[in-house]
Amino acid sequence: MNHSISLTVNGARRDFVLDDPRVTLLDLLRERLHLTGTKKGCDRGQCGACTILVDGRRINSCLALAISHGGADIVTIEGVARGDQLHPVQAAFIAHDGFQCGFCTPGQIMSAIGMMSEAQAGNDPERIRECMSGNLCRCGAYAGIVDAVLDAQGQMDETNQRRSA
Amino acid sequence: MPELNLTSAPAHLRHGSNIGQPLTRRDGVLKVTGQATYAADNHPPGMLFAVMAVAGISRGRVVSLDVAAAKRHRGVVDVMTPDHKPELAIDPEIKTNPFVFRMEVLQSHEVRYANQPIAVVIAETLEAATEGAALLAPRYETLPALVGLDAGESFVPPVVGVGNPSEHHHGDVDAGLASAEKQIDAIYETPPQYHNAMEPHAIVAAWDGDRLQIDMPTQGLRLSLARIAELFGIAHDKIHIRSPFLGGGFGSKGFLAGPQTLGIMAAKLVGKPVKLVLRREQMYGPVGHRAPTRQRLRIGADGEGRLTALDHHARTVSSTFDDFYEPAADASHTLYAAPAIRTSHDAVRVNTGTPLFMRAPGEATGSIALESAIDEMAWACGMDPLAFRLKNYAEREPISGKPFSSKALRACYEQGAARFGWAKRSLQPRQMRDDAGLLVGWGMGTATFPALMFQAEARAVLRRDGSGAMEIGAHDMGQGAWTALAQIAADELGLDIDRVAFNAGSSDLPDAGIAGGSAHTATAGAAIHSAGAAVIAKLADLATGDDRSPLFGAGNAGVIARAGRLIRRDDESRSESYPEILARAGVTEVEARGTGAPNPAAMEEYAMHAHGAVFAEVKVDPELGQVRVSRMVGAFAAGRIVNPRMVQSQLFGGMIWGLSFALHEEAVTDRRSGRIMNANLGEYHVPVNADVPPLDVITVEEHDPHVNALGIKGVGEIGITGSAGAVANAVWHATGVRVRRFPIKIEELLTQR
Amino acid sequence: MKPFDYVRPATVTEAVAAGAHPGAVYLAAGTNLLDLMKGNISRPDRLVDVTHLEGLDGIERLADGSLRIGALVSNADLAHDAGFARSYPAVAEALLSGASAQLRNAATVGGNLLQRTRCAYFYDTASRCNKRDAGSGCDARDGENRGHAVLGWSENCIATHPSDFCVPLVALDAIVEIEGSNGRREIALEALHRLPGDAPERESALEPGDLIVAVRLPPVASGFAAHARYLKVRERTSYAFAMVSAAAALRIESGKIAEARLALGGVAAKPWRARAAEDVLKGVAPTADAFQEAAWRALTDAKPSGDNAFKIELARRIVVRALTLATAVTPARLPALPASPFASTSGAIHA
Repeated sequence: MNHSISLTVNGARRDFVLDDPRVTLLDLLRERLHLTGTKKGCDRGQCGACTILVDGRRINSCLALAISHGGADIVTIEGVARGDQLHPVQAAFIAHDGFQCGFCTPGQIMSAIGMMSEAQAGNDPERIRECMSGNLCRCGAYAGIVDAVLDAQGQMDETNQRRSA
Repeated sequence: MPELNLTSAPAHLRHGSNIGQPLTRRDGVLKVTGQATYAADNHPPGMLFAVMAVAGISRGRVVSLDVAAAKRHRGVVDVMTPDHKPELAIDPEIKTNPFVFRMEVLQSHEVRYANQPIAVVIAETLEAATEGAALLAPRYETLPALVGLDAGESFVPPVVGVGNPSEHHHGDVDAGLASAEKQIDAIYETPPQYHNAMEPHAIVAAWDGDRLQIDMPTQGLRLSLARIAELFGIAHDKIHIRSPFLGGGFGSKGFLAGPQTLGIMAAKLVGKPVKLVLRREQMYGPVGHRAPTRQRLRIGADGEGRLTALDHHARTVSSTFDDFYEPAADASHTLYAAPAIRTSHDAVRVNTGTPLFMRAPGEATGSIALESAIDEMAWACGMDPLAFRLKNYAEREPISGKPFSSKALRACYEQGAARFGWAKRSLQPRQMRDDAGLLVGWGMGTATFPALMFQAEARAVLRRDGSGAMEIGAHDMGQGAWTALAQIAADELGLDIDRVAFNAGSSDLPDAGIAGGSAHTATAGAAIHSAGAAVIAKLADLATGDDRSPLFGAGNAGVIARAGRLIRRDDESRSESYPEILARAGVTEVEARGTGAPNPAAMEEYAMHAHGAVFAEVKVDPELGQVRVSRMVGAFAAGRIVNPRMVQSQLFGGMIWGLSFALHEEAVTDRRSGRIMNANLGEYHVPVNADVPPLDVITVEEHDPHVNALGIKGVGEIGITGSAGAVANAVWHATGVRVRRFPIKIEELLTQR
Repeated sequence: MKPFDYVRPATVTEAVAAGAHPGAVYLAAGTNLLDLMKGNISRPDRLVDVTHLEGLDGIERLADGSLRIGALVSNADLAHDAGFARSYPAVAEALLSGASAQLRNAATVGGNLLQRTRCAYFYDTASRCNKRDAGSGCDARDGENRGHAVLGWSENCIATHPSDFCVPLVALDAIVEIEGSNGRREIALEALHRLPGDAPERESALEPGDLIVAVRLPPVASGFAAHARYLKVRERTSYAFAMVSAAAALRIESGKIAEARLALGGVAAKPWRARAAEDVLKGVAPTADAFQEAAWRALTDAKPSGDNAFKIELARRIVVRALTLATAVTPARLPALPASPFASTSGAIHA
């Protein structure tokens, strides 16, 4: 049975026919929409490499059926930069060497962006560590990841202050 | 040939504008935007999906597969089984060289370990292939599994690790132990561990007639290519492998394994490109692991805390069908100045995939046992663990008597201890608490890893437009080859790094050797160094031999390459740019190749190792036994540091692996079935962000004129050694409980209140 | 994953009708169900997607002072609801100590209640498991079982229930509202999960088609807000299931415990309410001795099911600690490491 689905992916509306209800958001993005920035590390919600934003919230796309998310607004790593201008989190990951092999990086960055909008961790390193613990990094770039998040958080706080001033 | 004098002075003295700089990763933007292409991100037109079915038993044979049920599933194209598969050109059981491991590519119905591939389902969609594999519902003839370190008769393997003798003797160990005033005799156990790179092994294979295009993460492009060529009976130049980025390797992507071969076979079977990606649980079997060990250490010391003897025996396992032996006891060869040392190994065969190199193979497992034992010995002697290590500091390599090519370990101890505040440590355990009442413990460990070199070749080009290129089939698995090697290349070519096209990660480039043994930067760097020297020499020839050049006749004085110009060494006012030289000579470019290789004479003369000292603080809940590392300081001396930012990241990573070794990682094997019961990332625990404390790395200045032309020792693996022991020793210091079975578990620490 | 029919009912009544079919299961966020389906542990024929049903995603304070939480409220939204966290701090702490932020953003209240065990033999389809395949046997019983049950287990099954959320909920007498083929009914959460006995495959009191629509906390539950904590010992600092956990909630009046609530997690096939321990605490001063006594009472019936005798001792110690922590005033803000022994606990541990 075919199901018509429409999603907003990185700001663009995508309409398509899903011929299989088993397709996860992750596999839809990677294998059907060819947005391969989102990674599959475990496919079981245990590593965080597939983290994307769905309606502004970070989730594991491997454990979400595409068919259940019709109408959703999805942001992936491909949709974070504005042209050549990197998102502050992206730039901070480079500056603080928040990755080595880079495979967990899209998930880390999406998770960090999601975390900032949840506004639970602020600039407390311990809360950031806890709130980023859903993203494994086998290379062990955690120190850089925390520094990058702190840096980006600081930049974004500053920008917001300037705006509200 | 003008005398260019390019190799005797270390590279940084010649140019120095790139090497040593903490550049950010040149592939950084690609990686943070999702544009870095890993193997499984490829999708050639017409591609099908292949999914392996793997064995649910660890010993026996497959007696039936419901191929018909799988084929009935919508979208399934074909099912590859031992009875239906393309033939290979050679038997995969034949070991054509010592770096070939036996693999399971459906050559028989026999099952030798759990999660062994037993069929491959190829389908139009990933969903169909995945379900097709489930529908095969294999039935087995099951034999009793061989499981664990006591599975059967032990034997002494002919070699351990890569060709190391399985036993070493130096001095009279028995006499040394007999004369000792203090002795310890302790047994330590380490569990099976799995590499668990974040990127599962993957391959996209596409045949075009007899040509084969492959996307696959590999730490050894040319070795993999050669293996594929012999397995499929095709010429090397018909195969192209792309591996621009690895999502981590840690040793498990060093050699072609069965699953990748099955991907190539599947593509051949269906005549279309095929993608095969391992499911996470399938990584616990066919792609290597770190074998478990049981290590007995007997150490003697005299009344002043001087070692009299060190006896280190390691029991390990290999598979029932191939040989790799974790050289754990060899960790005792280099660190402590015992007048008598004996190291030995034995092994049993179990139903497991063949163990393999895993980040610091032997060094990591041996180090946690040795560093624990040294700590126990220091306590037995009533000495501070650092003072004890200094008392037994080896001025020459203990096992061989050779001098070290360089050894700044004393500085590591001093700087690390100072940064950590080690002097305030209580000698007695269970003395320190934090404000919340948690037990606090401080421990240390010595880190060491050999400075290795393999063989590599590079090709250098200088172009008339003022740019240059350096080509080498090097591998970036996260260590930063794209950046660090480009830095070396830029310096060797005397160009700004942005003027150098650095090309790596493809099998059609010169052979960079294997990315392993912490030797890749040294090996590939040496090749780049000599290729750069050679191409500069050619360019200099053009200038110094041409009477129209301001450098004419400078051959005897020599020239320096810097900032895109050749400069007369004895008169810097006389110089000429590369484009000027090439334009006048009427050539568009000059090109040269160079090689990097170990220096056998230096290896004969010197013991070559990187060293370090790691200090760890842990907190332990006094009643509940949960442990958390609260800070770590590592001081490492590893020769020249090409990129301090990336070196720090690698050392951090190694230290986290050490923490993980001590506290987290363990593949839990069912003692009856031989199946791994936590073959996932939820219950096979690797550290999460909250497990990792603030880390501090000091890179201690060290110049080594002997290891290689660039003086690089490598930092990929040393971080794990020392760190694992430091954390374990800190747990003892916090609790007074000496745990000798790793990882340290909560129940071990519940004994006291 | 086995092919399935995907059904998206418009109303709860439609959902219940669709869900009552043999082979049908409800899909909420799917964070547990999809994991099970990918592992072939669960192979349903039909998924009844309830995520789009109206009216199940609210948190409402009822007139009698109870709190009604819609089954589709996400774990994160509930934990981060300021009013909720203030009134039921141990529940919020438990929620935030579970899984990861990503999973909590997706996972629902109803789904959390019904999550399946993490027993490795249940998950490993090559192993025998009475829960997954009734009557096939239990390979955990003589297997790798240091994490298994010490309370309420049977020879047929030694699995534990992995939920953190359920532990304080059961302590607070939470009620589960269920819509079924015969209309609406409600049961105590304590009665939702079944102990294995000789039918470990029957995990809950739910009948085919039963849909959890809400969880309700009775009026008295918020009376423990000043002294309520959740404590969870695990093998990673975060993102790990409990080895053993405990929720402790006290009502302290004039220096005495007017009422105590205590439940344990990770020890049994259900969140384990420790009523005997509660009884000994009633009316006494919150002292170390009283907590020790309570801990002994809580684990009186415990026995190892394998290499896990340590869990009994660990559970006793966790009980003591959780009660100690609860006695101190509940922190105004949840600690950085919720439920962790390494949460800032200045002065809480007595040497």
